[in-house]
Amino acid sequence: MSFLADPRWGEALAHLPDYLGNHVRVSLAALALGLAVSLPLAILTRNRPAPRAILLAIASIVQTVPGLALLALFYPLLLLAASVTLAWFGVSFSAFGFLPAMLALALYSMLPVLRNGITGLNGIDPALIEAAKGVGMTARQSLIMVELPLALPVMMAGIRTAAVWVIGTATLSTPIGQTSLGNYIFAGLQTQNWVFVLFGCFASALLALAVDQLLGLIEVGLRQRNRLRSGLGAAGIAALVAATLVPTMGRSPSGYVVGAKTFAEQYVLTALMRDRLQAAGLSATARSGLGSSVIFGALKAGDIDLYVDYSGTLWANQLHRTDIKPRAELVAELKATLAKDNITLLGELGFENAYALVMPRKKAEALGVRTVADLAAHAPTLSIAGDYEFFSRPEWAALQKAYGLSFRAQRQMQPDFMYAAVASGEVDVIAGYTSDGLIAKYDLVALDDPKHAIPPYDAILLLAPKRAGDEKLKTALQPLLGKIDIATMREANLRASGNDANSSPDAVARWLWEKVGGR
Amino acid sequence: MPSEPTISYAHVTKSFGALKAVDDVSLDIAEGEFLAIVGGSGSGKTTLLRLANRLIEADGGSIAVEGEDVRSVDPVALRRRIGYVFQAGGLFPHLSVADNIGITPRLLGEPAADIAARVDELLALVQLDRDAHRDRLPEALSGGQRQRVGVARALAARPRIVLMDEPFGALDPLTRDALGDDYRALHRKLGLTTVMITHDMTEAILLADRIAVMRGGKLLAQGTPAELSRSEDAYVLELLRTPRRQVERLNALLPQGGAA
Repeated sequence: MSFLADPRWGEALAHLPDYLGNHVRVSLAALALGLAVSLPLAILTRNRPAPRAILLAIASIVQTVPGLALLALFYPLLLLAASVTLAWFGVSFSAFGFLPAMLALALYSMLPVLRNGITGLNGIDPALIEAAKGVGMTARQSLIMVELPLALPVMMAGIRTAAVWVIGTATLSTPIGQTSLGNYIFAGLQTQNWVFVLFGCFASALLALAVDQLLGLIEVGLRQRNRLRSGLGAAGIAALVAATLVPTMGRSPSGYVVGAKTFAEQYVLTALMRDRLQAAGLSATARSGLGSSVIFGALKAGDIDLYVDYSGTLWANQLHRTDIKPRAELVAELKATLAKDNITLLGELGFENAYALVMPRKKAEALGVRTVADLAAHAPTLSIAGDYEFFSRPEWAALQKAYGLSFRAQRQMQPDFMYAAVASGEVDVIAGYTSDGLIAKYDLVALDDPKHAIPPYDAILLLAPKRAGDEKLKTALQPLLGKIDIATMREANLRASGNDANSSPDAVARWLWEKVGGR
Repeated sequence: MPSEPTISYAHVTKSFGALKAVDDVSLDIAEGEFLAIVGGSGSGKTTLLRLANRLIEADGGSIAVEGEDVRSVDPVALRRRIGYVFQAGGLFPHLSVADNIGITPRLLGEPAADIAARVDELLALVQLDRDAHRDRLPEALSGGQRQRVGVARALAARPRIVLMDEPFGALDPLTRDALGDDYRALHRKLGLTTVMITHDMTEAILLADRIAVMRGGKLLAQGTPAELSRSEDAYVLELLRTPRRQVERLNALLPQGGAA
């Protein structure tokens, strides 16, 4: 099949109005807010060296925080702020999606605007400011008629830099729940869908270029006092905003939001649940690529209505428990505890997606390793790789403690790259997932955990507090409970890891439903 | 003097830190007079000029413009009624010649049509070709043309007083000569009171009615060239000797009756 005839291009295109619209909205709102704060600050501090230095230092520090981290930091910050306003003023707001993304991006846009604004205003020949005074201008007239026009090229360069940064960084707002062109990139990376990755990259690059050129047009128009040019540029930006508002108006904002974490299995399950809800006549949308630490809070706050988590994850991260219980007992206790927060644990899907130490079958046999206990003796000569959170999770601490594990080196990797890495010998052991289809594909083996250091990880379906009494929803989801066994999920995951037209989460979800729905 | 002076400095002082830029200066400028303030760099002549339209505020003494103490007048309003010609023009590089000239009337809220007519009138007055220069940016003009625009801008709001800060200093000698004579003619025609700063005694003698000599913040002498030549101050006499010596040397070097 030729590259361009791939049907995934069409699928990507179908998401474009939604993703692009949200991307443009959050970027331009952030840029507008950033400008509204930075430009007055640049003007106010232009003749005051001390505050100017402090301001630039703060903006520089913000800039050194990686975009992803800055975005992620705003979520708990706003969550806290929301709980404070709820306690004090009785009003709450959503700390999820648009607001944290916009605030973080606005902060991110400040440095180039401030720096260029201050540089531009300070670079003006003092004789001209004197002349402005001499011909009878007030300080305000001097600013508007002389200083700002003269600083304009430098200031606009800063604004254009900020616009390009914000549009690029907005792709990282997907994990905190803001739909953006980053949804293509995150989903594409997770499901090895390179068409999506490329599509997302090109779309955001094109958007950044387009906005940059429109701002350039406004700049030239202002400089040449050419109303046509600046008008065209402004009209272009306005048209961009208007165009992205249209598709949202047609869609009802109400309806169920199904959340998904950032890996392929979650994308598939989310598509499956969304399809089930829609089949039951309920309006439902998927909100994919949410950070593991964000998603539970989002459910609790009602920003998403349902998602699939894993019993051991909540046991450790939400209940802060380090003891281990058998599968059913753990789920029962979890259910009772979550119920106190009015969160419904609707039931298990049937399979477990546990962390497991995984290595190539041949290497394991050569070393005589069958269990983690066997591995411990060889560990000092071996390297291990895990996903971004594994090494800071309690399970890793528990494994190390139980078996006295100490590896030669440890690395963090994109989950979908780990399996190929361990199969090729790039690393010796990985912390993989038991439901991953790649284990079979690469002829890997998951090592037994005889001391039960790792808790069970039953896939469980959670409903937001506001859906606790929603019988329609529960009925629609009922057919999924207990129906997905580990073999089925592994096969689904293997399909999703492919790089062809049948490997999209939507396609795999349809396959999965055919597989479990008929039984 | 028959009438009240147009600008009157009385015991004016101004310091910048430890430096006394203007030190107890008293000086009257009569209506219709063309006064040149002569002095070297750092003599305080620029400070003295700027005190008159409150671009710089005095520390002590008092300054009256057309009978009013400048401290009782809003500085912005004061500057709008006093023309000011800056060194090297001080034109706004992003504004056309016409917009530069019309800036003060615009600030005063005059109708656009009146300003446009006034700009054309002023271009003719400073002998710039309307069609060739009106819509150009300052960067497209020669130094002499820029300074003509600077003079036109200073005259736009029909001031009775014009302050000039070394207006012709940066120009080539021919342009400088022509511009000086042209301005002198305008000064007469419009009945202006002009105060011009220069470091060039020859220019001062040729253009001004009276000359004030500044040195180290103090006013050493003031009067017509003839009056100054009777001064007993060594510096003043030295300043006056220089142009004369130059003329003598030039006469010796150039063949008599040649092009002049």
